[in-house]
Amino acid sequence: MSSKRSSRTLAALSGGLGIALALTACSSGGSGGTTASGGTTTAASGDCAAFASYGDLTGKTVSVYTGIVTPEDQPYMDSYKPFEDCTHAKIVYTGDKAFETQILVRTKAGSPPDIAIVPQPGLLAQLVATGAAKEAPKAVADNVDKFWGADWKAYGSVDGKFYAAPSGASVKSLVWYSPKEFTDAGYKVPTTLDELKTLSDTIAATGKKPWCAGIASGEATGWPITDWMEDFMLRLSGPDAYDQWVTHKIAFNSAASTAALDAVGGYLKNDKYVNGGLGDVTSIATTTFQDGGLPILEGTCSLHRQASFYASNFPKGTKVAEDGDVYAFYLPGVKAADHPVLGGGEFNLAFSDRPEVQAFQTYLSSDLWANTKAKISSESTGGGWISANKGLDVANLTNPIDKLSATILQDPKTVFRFDGSDMMPAAIGSDAFWKQATAWITGQSTKDAVDKIEAAWPKS
Amino acid sequence: MDISTKLLTMLLAILLFVAVVGLMLFIAGRTERRSASIVGYVFLFPSIIMVSVGLLYPAVRTIFQSFFDAAGKAFVGLDNYQTIFTSSDDLLVLRNTVLWVVVTPFVATAIGLLYAILVDGARGEAFAKSLIFLPMAISMVAASIIWKFVYEFRPDQPGVRQIGLLNQVVVWLGGSPQQWIVNSPWNTFFLIVVMIWIQAGFAMTILSAAIKAIPEDIIEAARLDGVTAIGMFRFVTLPSIRPSVIVVLTTIGIGTLKVFDVVRTMTGGNFNTNVVANEFYTQSFRASNQGLGSALAVLLFVLVVPIVVYNVRQLRASEAR
Amino acid sequence: MSTVTPQVDLTPEERAALARKSSSAGRAASIARKKATSPVASAIAVALAVLWTIPTFGLLLSSIRPEKAIKTTGWWTFFSDPQVTLDNYKTVLSTEGASGLGSFFVNSFVITIPAVLIPICLAALAAYAFAWIDFRGRNFLFVLVFALQIVPLQVALLPLLTMYVKAGLGGTFWTLWLSHSAFALPLAIFILHNFMKEIPKELIEAARMDGAGHVKIFFRVMLPLLTPALAAFGIFQFLWVWNDLLVALTFASDNTVVPLTVALANLSGTRGTAWHLLSAGAFISIIVPVAVFISLQRYFVRGLLAGGLKG
Repeated sequence: MSSKRSSRTLAALSGGLGIALALTACSSGGSGGTTASGGTTTAASGDCAAFASYGDLTGKTVSVYTGIVTPEDQPYMDSYKPFEDCTHAKIVYTGDKAFETQILVRTKAGSPPDIAIVPQPGLLAQLVATGAAKEAPKAVADNVDKFWGADWKAYGSVDGKFYAAPSGASVKSLVWYSPKEFTDAGYKVPTTLDELKTLSDTIAATGKKPWCAGIASGEATGWPITDWMEDFMLRLSGPDAYDQWVTHKIAFNSAASTAALDAVGGYLKNDKYVNGGLGDVTSIATTTFQDGGLPILEGTCSLHRQASFYASNFPKGTKVAEDGDVYAFYLPGVKAADHPVLGGGEFNLAFSDRPEVQAFQTYLSSDLWANTKAKISSESTGGGWISANKGLDVANLTNPIDKLSATILQDPKTVFRFDGSDMMPAAIGSDAFWKQATAWITGQSTKDAVDKIEAAWPKS
Repeated sequence: MDISTKLLTMLLAILLFVAVVGLMLFIAGRTERRSASIVGYVFLFPSIIMVSVGLLYPAVRTIFQSFFDAAGKAFVGLDNYQTIFTSSDDLLVLRNTVLWVVVTPFVATAIGLLYAILVDGARGEAFAKSLIFLPMAISMVAASIIWKFVYEFRPDQPGVRQIGLLNQVVVWLGGSPQQWIVNSPWNTFFLIVVMIWIQAGFAMTILSAAIKAIPEDIIEAARLDGVTAIGMFRFVTLPSIRPSVIVVLTTIGIGTLKVFDVVRTMTGGNFNTNVVANEFYTQSFRASNQGLGSALAVLLFVLVVPIVVYNVRQLRASEAR
Repeated sequence: MSTVTPQVDLTPEERAALARKSSSAGRAASIARKKATSPVASAIAVALAVLWTIPTFGLLLSSIRPEKAIKTTGWWTFFSDPQVTLDNYKTVLSTEGASGLGSFFVNSFVITIPAVLIPICLAALAAYAFAWIDFRGRNFLFVLVFALQIVPLQVALLPLLTMYVKAGLGGTFWTLWLSHSAFALPLAIFILHNFMKEIPKELIEAARMDGAGHVKIFFRVMLPLLTPALAAFGIFQFLWVWNDLLVALTFASDNTVVPLTVALANLSGTRGTAWHLLSAGAFISIIVPVAVFISLQRYFVRGLLAGGLKG
């Protein structure tokens, strides 16, 4: 009896096994993937002449992986539509908040995306070091020479080889303020750092704390202080010293950078200046960076130093304009003629040299894409996106902050430098710098902070 | 892939799995005549393969990497370990980790046990237990938001209202709001509270079942002897469920060593709250320092050894019985 | 390791006899126990329950409040100034991500169910082998498997992903099923092993005398007795996989297989501002685990450890 049963079982099992294997092989071949466009190819908006050079890419797919999620992801996906419509390729967009860690894991494991939008040159260098990244094609390099310039090209290069064209950009040397308060009290927008200090003292004398700040950001807590320090390093020691500091040609605890951090302390650790509407100095550490500038709207704070992307943090209905509820002025240099600008940006790095990937890369580095994206962003999310692409028509930007930032970037007098912590090795820029800055704001001395960061710099 | 394809894939996977296991059992049945040992190995085979590939190999690889540098290329001997034990920041990390591992299991188990005893046999017991179990069903992301609304700080200024529950209670009682998350060393304990809040449900569930399994006759005999409630607990309940208590303490202890989500989402490891698991994650995935990250992981392995040894002793003792 | 061993080791016959004798006394005792639940005990229990539930309750209230209210006032002010809105839920449920929330729900199910079934089956077999089959190296292997509980799964992410990519499994559900199963096995084997040890030797002996091999004993004797324990561990495993974020982030690199947890984590926006959306999203995600837990309550209660032996 048992042998009959067991042979029947065996038959059933092997039959099931066979069917299962066969069907699994068939179904796992499915490609799937989420299309960026709506799916149906509508009539191409505008003419496709600009895309003719890319050829017909029907049936080809390009995957894009980024850290940009809702709501900023929709404009990206929409800006790819003209490319998809005219070349018939499919662009698959994946946004992931854990991008910065996952891109490394995926690349090291051998399954990188076709294109990654990388927000830090330091991370770019790490990805190139894995050997999986591909150099940018000539068409892209030509575009970058035409529309950006040597400094932006350098940010997208590693060891002299050019890999990634810039995508979006942000200006960080901005101070947010309330235009109404300034007009009512008769304050003037400062044009030098000394004037900024005087303004702060004037406001403090009225009993109000002039500055508000917040640095809490989960595991990235502390990053706004890095921006402060970089801005001051750039202004007090000049762009050349800044470059040396970022590349570790001068130590992190050298006199110049120590002075820069102390200068920041003159603002952020000054209990007469902070933390307007939010508490005392230590409250800076627990206030999220998103909440850091909101007291301006409530009138309990006057000045907040933060990047151009901060505009999206104000509640719906806030008028962000030169004559509105809140606006920003350029953080001045030591002298009125100085024009150092700290900024950030993203870069399109490719891991494949398939023709469709290269075609898409070229599209992304063109002025056509920059203007398309700017128009779409202005319409759908009210702006908040700019590019350092010189071919970008500022008229396409409707948001006043965007206009201000783009104008600053395109100004020939501007001395632009990329965010330092984004260029330093990850052990510093994504760990020690943030951690020690946070400890610094809650009581650690400047000397200890810079010493510990210097000690954490990878030896090699 | 649309829904039907996904469901089909899932069904096929399950079928495939059943087929493989069925095959295994068939082989086991056949070879049993020859030796019982082989059956044991056959039963064990898939599990051993999976944990070897999925856990053992990575673990050994990690131990190896702890002797190499950040990029994993150059051999540096004990340098990484030296860094850990000489850096004041890292020693603090160790201290915090020990605090976590000592406090969490005992407090969570105590609360779980107390609650299990209190509601045992009461009306609405199932509902009562669901309430304590609920935090286990909540994801870490949700838990961190929940506790953010408890610990949040707002200054005591006119026109500013508290949005964190704890500070609101303090203000109602006449005190001034505190920065619970920033002020060390107490901030570590406040984070530990979150872990206890989650794990008490696990302890309660297991211990409740253990209590229900104590034979009635023993309880009755003790009662007939006139034992008090406390005495009942000390002399009957606790000894009877001792093995379960050990299981619970062990599991929570090991879990606590590994968990870093609470620290990562609430403080990012700042304000002296960092623990080994979080620092391991930071070094390996953020700072790209494989060597140091691996050394920290090895430290975790070492910290669990006492727990393993204790359990092995219990195992031997119970086998002897 | 025996998990519930009374001070006195009674054989099943003795125990049954005693149970019969003291059943009436036992009934009286349990009635007495119910009556004896003093008001103090109840009060403490209620206090604990309330304390435990308040934080979650706060989140529930937050999820139905408007964004500005959440950011400026505490959720308890809801009672004095109720501002209710379903906007948060509406936004979350209509989430694009190009796939919509429904698709993520399906993914979560598709990922979780095999990731629960596979480790439980394998662990049951392995636990049985450790508990009742004598073979060389048994103790060593058991300690090894037990000790592997400490390995943080992060150390396995990169090696496993590399292997999957080489094997061509990248981007499919298989990466998640295999990973979750491997990570769950040590604890599963540890816990199930304890339950297995609980079953009296005599039952096994009796079955052996009837000529049954280990396979038959496993299916005929063990599994029926272990059903509550298996179901109970199954619930834990379901919870852990359903709520998992890290494994999904690493192995589900494709939008098509990404589960609910990842979609919800991304909800907080590129700059992490949207607390109101996260509150609503968190509750949408909680529904399934809580439903699973409540519907299978009886298995927890009946005997995670004792099996169905107790009279």
